[in-house]
Amino acid sequence: MTLHLPILQVIVPLIAAPLCMFLKQYPKAVWLFSLLASALTLLISALLLQQVLTSGTIIYELGGWQPPWGIEYRIDQLNAYLLLIISAISTIVLVAAQTSIEKELESYRQSYFYMLYLLSLAGMLGIVATADAFNVFVFLEISSLSAYALIALGKDRRALWASYQYLIMGTVGATFILIGIGLMYQMTGTLNMNDLAQRLPEVAETRTVFVAFAFTVVGICLKLALFPLHLWLPNAYAYAPSIVTAFFAATATKVAIYLLIRFTFSIFGLSFSFTTLPLQTLFLLLGLLGVFIASMTAIYQNNVKHIFAYSSVAQVGYMIVGLSVGSALGLTATLIHLFNHALMKSALFLALAAVMYRIGSVQLNQFHGLGRQMPLTMAAIVVGGLSLVGVPLTVGFVSKWYLVLAVIENGWWHVALLILLGSLLAIIYLWKIVEAAYFKPPVHEAGTIKEAPYSILIPVWVLIFANLYFGIDTRLSVEVAQSAAQSLFGVAP
Amino acid sequence: MLIGLYNYWIVVALMMLGFFIIIAHGNLIKKLVGLSIFQTSVFIFYISVAKVEGGSAPILAADTSVYSNPLPHVLILTAIVVGIATTALGLALTMRINEAYGSIEEEIIQKQDNQS
Repeated sequence: MTLHLPILQVIVPLIAAPLCMFLKQYPKAVWLFSLLASALTLLISALLLQQVLTSGTIIYELGGWQPPWGIEYRIDQLNAYLLLIISAISTIVLVAAQTSIEKELESYRQSYFYMLYLLSLAGMLGIVATADAFNVFVFLEISSLSAYALIALGKDRRALWASYQYLIMGTVGATFILIGIGLMYQMTGTLNMNDLAQRLPEVAETRTVFVAFAFTVVGICLKLALFPLHLWLPNAYAYAPSIVTAFFAATATKVAIYLLIRFTFSIFGLSFSFTTLPLQTLFLLLGLLGVFIASMTAIYQNNVKHIFAYSSVAQVGYMIVGLSVGSALGLTATLIHLFNHALMKSALFLALAAVMYRIGSVQLNQFHGLGRQMPLTMAAIVVGGLSLVGVPLTVGFVSKWYLVLAVIENGWWHVALLILLGSLLAIIYLWKIVEAAYFKPPVHEAGTIKEAPYSILIPVWVLIFANLYFGIDTRLSVEVAQSAAQSLFGVAP
Repeated sequence: MLIGLYNYWIVVALMMLGFFIIIAHGNLIKKLVGLSIFQTSVFIFYISVAKVEGGSAPILAADTSVYSNPLPHVLILTAIVVGIATTALGLALTMRINEAYGSIEEEIIQKQDNQS
């Protein structure tokens, strides 16, 4: 059984999704069933991580066909780390889903929601688990197609329009990746990532490989919402059902970052990406621009979901800056921030789901006086926000610390300064929410608004405590990230 | 050079044509048409890659020894399925947008969004 864990990781949610249809009449049963499936993937990923940490990379040959002919699943530390993040966030978010979804969706749509959610989860886990370049494309489309449908479930009609725009941009991005993979196959005759990494250097100085690289990187950057390719993200996050936003904000961009790391660091190799091609400068520039422009835009938003969505674009900017450093420490910083950002954003968006549940809106002017009416929810938003800013004792501090260390190690003092300046911008948009919640006269009559139900509050506070816990005890996040980064640099020539 | 690689020229022409339609047209159905053309160009590209000069269909036979590469064909079958799913989803979304906004023109939809 443990032998087949790498494939079970993907198969469990993939099989569970259609099985949901048998329980279609009973949304609550479907919820329990999908929660079970998601918890099972969490268990599997925890086992996988433990196995990888004790006995090294796991190689799984699908159907017993030897790679490079067959499809290979390869779980190294980076994969196991990502799998754990995705399945853990998915499970915690799903605990809160039932209450929120019951309120936000019509009853006949609720069962479909869980089915799509599981499909999307299966797609993301598949992207991370596989070591086959074409398999990546297939799983990418599984997760994306279900994402478009999930976003379109939003109540506001603007959700439809946001979903359509995401569909166009996402498909263009995925097709770009497909072109890149095709060109790589043409030059090397293989789709296996390990094989590609060995064969690409021989043909690296050809125009075909340059073009393949360009298509792949641009396609992935569309998916990860790197500035200026982020235009689909804010509306998609703002108008999707709250639970969907909490899930995607924490996982979808992370999977794309993983792909970027895989392609630039392991497959093409650092020297090709950063020395032969000017990717370093490009990433540094776009990352910093993303941090500043997205943070500035966030300050002027009136919809709190929009504020945090733009903040997500800014946080992706930090991760890209970490990559652009091009050292093991920089990559560690990116990987730590990946973990930490997943914790912050899932907590914040789940708290917004609680607000949505009680008030039915997340406009800033509806937040007036909520500090007293929903004290626990608002306290969660404040703590999560402080973590976003990077205050000591929260996870945000740990990731900013490593990022600044990595940048200074490279001698980029001005970049370190800009990173700190970017954090100040985060204080401004956080303050807008705090001001509305605590210092404005209430808009809702006293006694009409109650604290959010425990079914949402408990998951929110579990995530908030994780934000604090991993800010102090960094063993899991930092150590795994460190050894994953070092092993990537060990493999890369 | 120009004529020998004509299949790639067709691929690039179709690709750019599709991409241009996606960007330039405001009608949601036309955008999807562009997207389909864009994707189809990639299918043709993969199939071109699979061609081996003088190779026959990849079926084991006594009198042939050179075969075309069947792997890209299989890959592209998968990609075609994905393309169909995308187009279907896009069309379904367009229907819902038409019900909600009463239009499938980007300009009109955005004007309505800005008003509300």
